[in-house]
Amino acid sequence: MTTLPASTERSLGLVIDLDTCVGCHACVTACKGWNTQNYGAPLSDQDAYGDASGTFLNRIHSFQVTPDAQPISDVVPPRLAQTVHFPKSCLHCEDAPCVTVCPTGASYKRVEDGIVLVNEDACMGCGLCAWACPYGAREVDEAAGVMKKCTLCVDRIYNENIPETERQPACVRTCPAGARHFGDLSDPDSDVSRLVAARGGVDLMPEQGTVPVNKYLPPRPKDTIAAPEMTDEGEDVLAPFLAPVAETPQGFLGWLDRTLEKI
Amino acid sequence: MHPAPSVIIFSSLSGAGFGLLVFLGLGLPTVTGWVAFVFYAIAYLLSVGGLLAAAAHLKNPKNGYKSFREWRSSWLSREAWAAVAALLVMAVYAGAQVFAGVTLAPLGWLGAALSLVTVFTTSMIYTQLRTVPRWNQWGTPVLFLLAALAGGALLSGNPNAAGLLLLAAGAAQLWHWWKGDRRFAEAGTTMRTATRLKGQVSLWEKPHTGENYLTREMVYQVGRRHALKLRVIAILAMAAIPAALTVIPMHHGTAALAILLHLGGVLTSRWLFFAEAEHVVGLYYGAHGNLLANSAERSLA
Ligand code: SF4
Ligand code: SF4
Ligand code: SF4
Repeated sequence: MTTLPASTERSLGLVIDLDTCVGCHACVTACKGWNTQNYGAPLSDQDAYGDASGTFLNRIHSFQVTPDAQPISDVVPPRLAQTVHFPKSCLHCEDAPCVTVCPTGASYKRVEDGIVLVNEDACMGCGLCAWACPYGAREVDEAAGVMKKCTLCVDRIYNENIPETERQPACVRTCPAGARHFGDLSDPDSDVSRLVAARGGVDLMPEQGTVPVNKYLPPRPKDTIAAPEMTDEGEDVLAPFLAPVAETPQGFLGWLDRTLEKI
Repeated sequence: MHPAPSVIIFSSLSGAGFGLLVFLGLGLPTVTGWVAFVFYAIAYLLSVGGLLAAAAHLKNPKNGYKSFREWRSSWLSREAWAAVAALLVMAVYAGAQVFAGVTLAPLGWLGAALSLVTVFTTSMIYTQLRTVPRWNQWGTPVLFLLAALAGGALLSGNPNAAGLLLLAAGAAQLWHWWKGDRRFAEAGTTMRTATRLKGQVSLWEKPHTGENYLTREMVYQVGRRHALKLRVIAILAMAAIPAALTVIPMHHGTAALAILLHLGGVLTSRWLFFAEAEHVVGLYYGAHGNLLANSAERSLA
């Protein structure tokens, strides 16, 4: 069935925090590692020691944002330009165009959890689904000739042979900055849904009509966050060491200093 | 988009082949025996040859037969059905004309209709893609249908119809370019909607230093420099010159010249159709800034 299900029982997906992502590419490596050794055809590389190119299910772009010009009085202190690291994998769209264009039925969206998958045994590698995806979330594997995409690590999240703490997508589990969160976005009480509500999570390219499940949390404006105040009491454990040293010398040195000053 | 030769050859040649089947199915001309054999041989070589070229585009052709499954949602699947239905119906009609000298007119009409439907389904594969705004317009099926019919009229030796259809195809082509150049800005997908970041967004660093499947397939930019020259060549060869040739008394020489020019022009036009098409994913790779230069994005700033 490549027509989309009318509704899904759950909407599993990711919430990606653009405020905390540091652009380390750990999730890219973890994703490539896990998905090369497990589900489906391995993610091959071509000419790895030359003009390297290969299949990935998750990539990090980095953008520079210059705030729109605004009257100074509106934004105090004025906003500065920012660098934003931008991880991107399949968004497991509710109205996924990649599914409906597929002529073979290889692409499908699961009713039970909303995950969009490719049945590699049925895929003919026409690439039409990759054309239909606005986000660049699908790549044909050059060695296997089949379409590859993020599986939301179906083979981890339901895997009873691994410890429960490991039953998370590889990218989420590995992210050292805690920028990727996984859960059921159809449940308004889930951690991810509450995070989206609290931080104003958004859809990418809403005008494309894909209704993504994955949400992006916008970066906070960096220079409006108040820096911790340095006091003698020390909110910060290092504060006592950073407290300013008395600049007027005492005792013998003080007498010497004062005497020399008078000469 | 990457202009893959297999897809360009497919859509140009099979378009002309199905166009010829439309005219033969309508009995324009009604032919029998050897003459019919030659006509049908040309039509089937073009249409089936085109379909085989398209199969070369598949990375995993052994599953190609599965492409009939999803006709309920997929235009590519509908195209597979329409093509097979048209070729089968026309094979029966052609067989009767070639071997028995009998013209089963209603069957021909059905075959002609199915041939047109095939060309329409081909065009809808591209038209449906919201991700490629240049293709996502009604001009696309109009252009594909008129180009196929014009080619069919030329191949079937209908100079009057060919003249009119060539002019109409030329007009559709000009509209498609004019509208296509505006479609990306109209579609409203920008760096801002792609990232939902507030401010002027520009690519600071790509996800990797080399190319990948996406940049090769969807962020193709080579050759756009010559686009204007190629547009002039395409419109002259595909429509203007063959249309002028149909006015002078036709014989085999001028007809062959008109057909070859037309097919060359259609191939050029289809090359541009792909090479000039901009996929929105390019925004994540810092492409298409030029297209948005005059759009709302700048005026916001
Ligand atoms: S992000 Fe792309 S591949 Fe994933 S479901 Fe949406 S359209 Fe399909
Ligand atoms: S590449 Fe495979 S999954 Fe994608 S549309 Fe073609 S057959 Fe379907
Ligand atoms: S969920 Fe799994 S497959 Fe998807 S990007 Fe993360 S690691 Fe890769």
